[in-house]
Amino acid sequence: MADARGLVKRRAGVRLWLSASWLGLLVLAAVFAPLIAPQDPLMQDLFGARLPPFWEAGSDAAFPLGSDSLGRDVLSRIIYGARLALGVALIAGTLTCLIGSFLGLIAGYFRGWPDMVISRLVDIWMAFPPVLFAILLIAVLGTGLSSIIIAIVVIDWTRFARVIRAEAMSQGAMDYVASAQVSGRKRFSIMLAEILPNVLPTIVVLLTLEMGIAVIVEAILSFVNLSISTDQPTWGSMISEGRLSIHQAWWVLVFPLVTLFLTVLSFSQLGEGLKDHFDPVLR
Amino acid sequence: MSFLTIENLSAHVGPSPILRDVSLSVEAGEVRGLVGESGAGKSMIGKAVLGTLPLAVQVTSGRILLDGEDLLAMRPRDRRRVIGAKAALIPQDPLTALNPSRRVGPQITNRLVDILGWTRQDAQMRALELLHEVSIPEPERVMRAYPHELSGGMRQRILIASAFAAEPRLIIADEPTTALDVTVQKQILKLIRQMQQRHGTALLFVTHDLGVVSKVCQSLTVLFGGLVLEDTRVEPFFAHPSHPYSAALLAATPKYTDPDASLTPVPDAVIEGVQAEIAAHDRMQPHV
Repeated sequence: MADARGLVKRRAGVRLWLSASWLGLLVLAAVFAPLIAPQDPLMQDLFGARLPPFWEAGSDAAFPLGSDSLGRDVLSRIIYGARLALGVALIAGTLTCLIGSFLGLIAGYFRGWPDMVISRLVDIWMAFPPVLFAILLIAVLGTGLSSIIIAIVVIDWTRFARVIRAEAMSQGAMDYVASAQVSGRKRFSIMLAEILPNVLPTIVVLLTLEMGIAVIVEAILSFVNLSISTDQPTWGSMISEGRLSIHQAWWVLVFPLVTLFLTVLSFSQLGEGLKDHFDPVLR
Repeated sequence: MSFLTIENLSAHVGPSPILRDVSLSVEAGEVRGLVGESGAGKSMIGKAVLGTLPLAVQVTSGRILLDGEDLLAMRPRDRRRVIGAKAALIPQDPLTALNPSRRVGPQITNRLVDILGWTRQDAQMRALELLHEVSIPEPERVMRAYPHELSGGMRQRILIASAFAAEPRLIIADEPTTALDVTVQKQILKLIRQMQQRHGTALLFVTHDLGVVSKVCQSLTVLFGGLVLEDTRVEPFFAHPSHPYSAALLAATPKYTDPDASLTPVPDAVIEGVQAEIAAHDRMQPHV
């Protein structure tokens, strides 16, 4: 019989463990893609098109998850696709987090005119439809990895700014902040040394959520052919192509979709798990 | 020359005044009580001195002299430095007054290291000494603990130690016992009094409890609606309060000698009298 606290801890542990292992697996796959991918992800073979996955009749052991309409190996394309997905998640997620959290902290702790400026900016920003905004940005910047990252950062910093501002405001009202102010320290250093550690669990959760969102946004942009050049495999373009042959070869659509789903889910679960881990009271 | 002098301090939230021409002074080494009901502005005076007023509060006139230096005339950076070196705060709620995500030790020593330029070892020694002085058992262990691992009374002791750490000449105690239960209150009160006497620190003791004032303070200021009603020594106050509101307040204090006696509220007539006084004061203001 575990008490309430023990139960919470145990559940968080399993969640953390499962999501971290899935993401760890993906990272390994992305890093060592040339070594583990069974086929060249770009090699076409029209005679070996639409091979079913390994457990169905007529499959080829060299194509464990089947092949698509052009005879390209689905597993190899998923493995190579992880490179772009994780790259975007990591870089775009981190940049968004840094910019948004910093502005949120400034607005929430300093209040006054910085808060006015930042909050109004967030209000205006959030009134744009995000997907249209992304497509517009890509149209202006041109396709490519850096454009995707810029688009995600530019659109999503508001998510961090708004939540972290509220957190910083509630922390700023605590007596420990008043004590720090009375002791004569600079406000900026109080913000970093006293407020930041207390909003860190929230930042971590938001960061992992944002990484999931970045993966989705990249997939959406690939889906509408606005991501990177079409000769590089991405999960979004696989889903987009698989859609066309859904009745003849379901696996071309389903496997990248499941991978995408598990990845986004793992990111959010990782965040929840880490939050409990970082919280000094729950620890 | 008093260590802290507040002259004709007025403050507003939007159009409504919350401090009305408040003047008071705290001599070096003296304990002054600042008494009033909720909303009388007593905490605001403490916050004004320490420079932690909420943004919504505008100081409209007056001077605050700390050790002869006019705080309100200084640039914010200089003001922070002066306050940091000469004054400290014992906050009301020990549960929120320590940063929950940092260990206790650095929260006491940081200030010595950052503001006064001590070495980390000296600060560490000093903190241990202080924790010992406020009778915390196993100070080494407590220094490494997180605030949530300690009881409310322990945390208040740590905050008291922390307030005295840099040997400030003035400490503002903002209802330091209100958030504690009654048995702990008594110990903490005694501790503050002992520490104050041993270190010779001036103390501005913000409270709504006249019983506390009679035990700890030498002089007191009675506040209502941001207006000073009475400013006197403690002995004459408890013998013959000069203002009708003070007298009513004193009569309303529960007497432990007679547990069956019912509580006496402050009569409406007295409140109306004070409100008339405030209205008269506001009419005298040229610009409001």
